Amino acid sequence: MKQMLNVALPKGRLGEKVYDMFEKAGYPCPSIKEVNRKLIFENENCSVRYFWVKPSDVAIYVERGAADIGVAGKDILLEYEPDIYELLDLNIGKCNMAVAAKKDFRDDNSKTLRVATKFSNIAAGYYLSKGRDIDIIHLNGSIEIAPILGLSDVIVDIVETGTTLKENDLKVIKIIAPISARFIANKASYKFKFNEIEALVKNLAQQTTED
Amino acid sequence: MTGNFPLKQNEKIIFSLRSLFDSYGYSMYKMSKFEEYDLYSKNKEFLVSDGVIAFTDTNGKLMALKPDVTLSIVKNTASSKEAIQKLYYNENVYRVSKSSRNFKEIMQIGLECIGKIDSFSVFEVLTLALKSLAEVSSRYVLDVSNLDILTETLDFLAIPKENRAEVLHCIGEKNLHRLTELCSQLNVEDKKTEVLRQLVLINGNPDNAFEKLNILLKGIVSENILKEFENIISSLDDRKSVKIDFSVVDDINYYNGIVFKGFIEGAPNSVLSGGCYDTLMKKMKRSDRAIGFAVYLDMLEYLNVLPEKYDVDAVITYDENTSLEFLKKTADALREKESVLLLNGEPVGIRYKKLIKIKNGEVSDIETNA
Repeated sequence: MKQMLNVALPKGRLGEKVYDMFEKAGYPCPSIKEVNRKLIFENENCSVRYFWVKPSDVAIYVERGAADIGVAGKDILLEYEPDIYELLDLNIGKCNMAVAAKKDFRDDNSKTLRVATKFSNIAAGYYLSKGRDIDIIHLNGSIEIAPILGLSDVIVDIVETGTTLKENDLKVIKIIAPISARFIANKASYKFKFNEIEALVKNLAQQTTED
Repeated sequence: MTGNFPLKQNEKIIFSLRSLFDSYGYSMYKMSKFEEYDLYSKNKEFLVSDGVIAFTDTNGKLMALKPDVTLSIVKNTASSKEAIQKLYYNENVYRVSKSSRNFKEIMQIGLECIGKIDSFSVFEVLTLALKSLAEVSSRYVLDVSNLDILTETLDFLAIPKENRAEVLHCIGEKNLHRLTELCSQLNVEDKKTEVLRQLVLINGNPDNAFEKLNILLKGIVSENILKEFENIISSLDDRKSVKIDFSVVDDINYYNGIVFKGFIEGAPNSVLSGGCYDTLMKKMKRSDRAIGFAVYLDMLEYLNVLPEKYDVDAVITYDENTSLEFLKKTADALREKESVLLLNGEPVGIRYKKLIKIKNGEVSDIETNA
């Protein structure tokens, strides 16, 4: 008998895309498509339970074992460094973690660089590897405004198409890491639900290469 | 007391592990709560978490509340290549919790084997690790890896020293996509990368794993390392609970050879962790060898233990007109069989099976909840 798999999915378009992949892989749960405010959906026949959670929280649910598996952006994994297995790159939700600044920006090495970001850990790690002295300004959204208002010299943020940057007269200076959605698993769940998780990984990997 | 007063889950486990270690002749090692700070500043990476609670002692020396037990045991035991010391401990350690970023007191129980370590000592420690897990839960897995095998495989791939930490990190996450990408950036031949990928993919019972390993690593890893590893694991009685899994990658600056992590169903992360740490011994200017493990009792709080339905079996409430002698006699008689709480007022916020009200020197009412 299959063991119940608890799956944390990121709320939003990416999560819906991921659900379709899981459905194809033999874990359907039709009630998830109903329009309502429910957050947990279960299909006992297929031994699966889905939760919709905030994308940045998926890794926490998985690391703490509330979910056995989940799908999280690489940005979240780099930022929080959860103790999990990263079993597959789903090759969807692709974008870049990048440093961006005003078009006329020139780095002045004699001064501390002011960096505005939602991703303090990634920014700190990147500049530490460069030996650059920085001041991190942690913001929770609309990061692009920071250099325009003179709050920061640069920003470290996710860049998808670059349209927002362009419209705000900013440009990418450096790509720190490519980002995409990753299939992650709780370390203990992986031991005790090995067959279910491995079969799912194989199926998803196949779907990823087919696309 | 003659009643049946159950121990808490953690207390039960501590008792059973202590008697397990005693039965193998390991002796209890009791140590002071404090250690010189210097010991930790020299071996920072060995510690599980950053941050040590430090204070200045009355003589001006900088001291620390222990964040780790192994370093103190190594420091305080005599070096011997001819003899072996088998010790166990049950101590509180003080570490920074990753989630709250605050210091936490964590009860740890574990054992260390120091001195002339041979295959049998490693086998015995693995046996005790398995038995310890069995004491904690009926469903458990011991993941065992071998850092010497990993190191020799990375040598075969000619991975430069400065990139090894990242490669090992990918192995620890079973992150094959990044591992492949990284090897390609380091110009490792695809054929060699595939050997490493296959090694990371090994996850299963020891018999199948060794069959694969012997074919995969022929001519890549020293035969004696593979043979000794196989010999130790296949001699374990409980090897059905063992999985060979190379994602157990402790810091190679301290650990070497066999390393392992134990998981139980219901706890989100490993509850037991250990391995050979000859490299740490060398760093501490010791030429003898060592192996040990610790059980993290804080992880056991995740286990589904049903909460107690009652705080106490019986509550006796009394008034000022009741004599001491009558109260004592009534309570003692009940205590023969159950737990009794005496209160000179109403029992507020207490869950009880039975409430006995004594007024003016006699039992006036009995309420039962059971």
